[in-house]
Amino acid sequence: MDESFALHASTLDILKEEIATIAKVRDVGADTSISQDLGLDSLAVMNFVMALEDRFDVSIPMDRIVDVETVGDLASVIETLRRDRTTP
Amino acid sequence: MSILSKHNAVRAAHDELRSAGRDPFSVRFESILSATTGMLDGRQVLLLGTNNYLGLTFDAECVGSAVAATRALGTGTTGSRVANGSYASHSELERRLAQFYGRRHAMVFSTGYQANLGTISALTGREDVILFDADSHASIYDACKLTGAEVIRFRHNDPADLERRLQRLQGRKGDVLVIVEGIYSMLGDRAPLREIADVTHAAGAYLLVDEAHSLGVLGDRGRGQAEAAGINADIIVGTFSKSLGSVGGFCVSDIDGFEVMRLVSRPYMFTASLPPSVVASVTSALDQVVARPELRARVLGNGEQLYRSLVRVGFALGPEPGPIVSVRLPSVEVAVRFWNLVLEAGVYVNLALPPATPTGDPLLRASVSAAHRPEDIEHAAATITAIGRDLGVIPRTGVVAA
Repeated sequence: MDESFALHASTLDILKEEIATIAKVRDVGADTSISQDLGLDSLAVMNFVMALEDRFDVSIPMDRIVDVETVGDLASVIETLRRDRTTP
Repeated sequence: MSILSKHNAVRAAHDELRSAGRDPFSVRFESILSATTGMLDGRQVLLLGTNNYLGLTFDAECVGSAVAATRALGTGTTGSRVANGSYASHSELERRLAQFYGRRHAMVFSTGYQANLGTISALTGREDVILFDADSHASIYDACKLTGAEVIRFRHNDPADLERRLQRLQGRKGDVLVIVEGIYSMLGDRAPLREIADVTHAAGAYLLVDEAHSLGVLGDRGRGQAEAAGINADIIVGTFSKSLGSVGGFCVSDIDGFEVMRLVSRPYMFTASLPPSVVASVTSALDQVVARPELRARVLGNGEQLYRSLVRVGFALGPEPGPIVSVRLPSVEVAVRFWNLVLEAGVYVNLALPPATPTGDPLLRASVSAAHRPEDIEHAAATITAIGRDLGVIPRTGVVAA
């Protein structure tokens, strides 16, 4: 696959790492639902997203977070934001 | 099943809350006797949850000017200032607000909520970015939904996090607006405005400070936390419904071209303007803020007294004393029971439940007034302490070392 696939894979891996640390959930894949499967309330989700923003050095706008349901969705949003920044 | 079935979860939570006692969201006072006393079920209750910081709701001058304005100009304006025209008193209040803040421009809105909607939506549009503190009031969250701007939250009271986010925006076109509050309404903590203003202005962004809970309370002239911190906010938003004892809101600024806001701010254009009585009492209240600095000293003294009394016996409070004193409680169940018992004992405070609270803790939220006497505060602290001990929230006896 192309470079974006590789990027996606590594973003997903880092997300899994963070989820294991923050939510103490280990069995996580791209299809894992953030609101249903991780046992986080809305405040915890906000803190989780802010930790990811630090880790990836991006700010995720609120309207983009609204569309995120799964861990894979979140990985895609983060990648898009990183790509948009490096190629203006 | 109905169109409202989508709110069943909210309804169920509310039903459970009501089954534990009085409904905290529908307290009905038969009468209000003074800035600090109301009648509830035929009994006098000490009001400690009304944001009436300077106690001006029964001030003779404010009441007198409102009565005179109603007699002279009628009960209402019956429309928007854009469509129906302004009264001279609307413009005079705007002139006075601008003068009070030492700014060139001011604009009055019909509520504090609308002041944020109307100001923020007029300042920002497509290509712009709003960075706002995560603990901001609902009116700021809702204002962000009205704009075409990109909206990003930063960590509460964290200038370093704000700075990182400002740096990530480098090279983008469009304006950046940073939004914070002087005093945050739930825990009563203040914004570190010096650091926030420094990083905001270094990045070429605009700073908006909402002084809803700090107008008339903080600063040498009562302008709020921006004055207390010695910084220059580009835009200040505030409300008439707390220290000024009425209803309405405003923004002041030195920004060039300010007057165009009246033609682009929909929450300003498409709502009825404030009635003459409100404009008159708010103008009188602003006079009181200027003429009676002792009111500020008193409300802050009362906040300090309540805060120290509650910390001493072991309650977990917000990070600093001020006009808002909030007790953090371990669970919703304890908080609801606590609130009911305090009210039964004749003291009215607010119950704040997650997700409306910043840390996820349920809160018993008190706001003090310049009109409270020291013995009122002592009585409130003793009542809260006794119930806290009964419920096992704090140790049974003695004083806890700070």
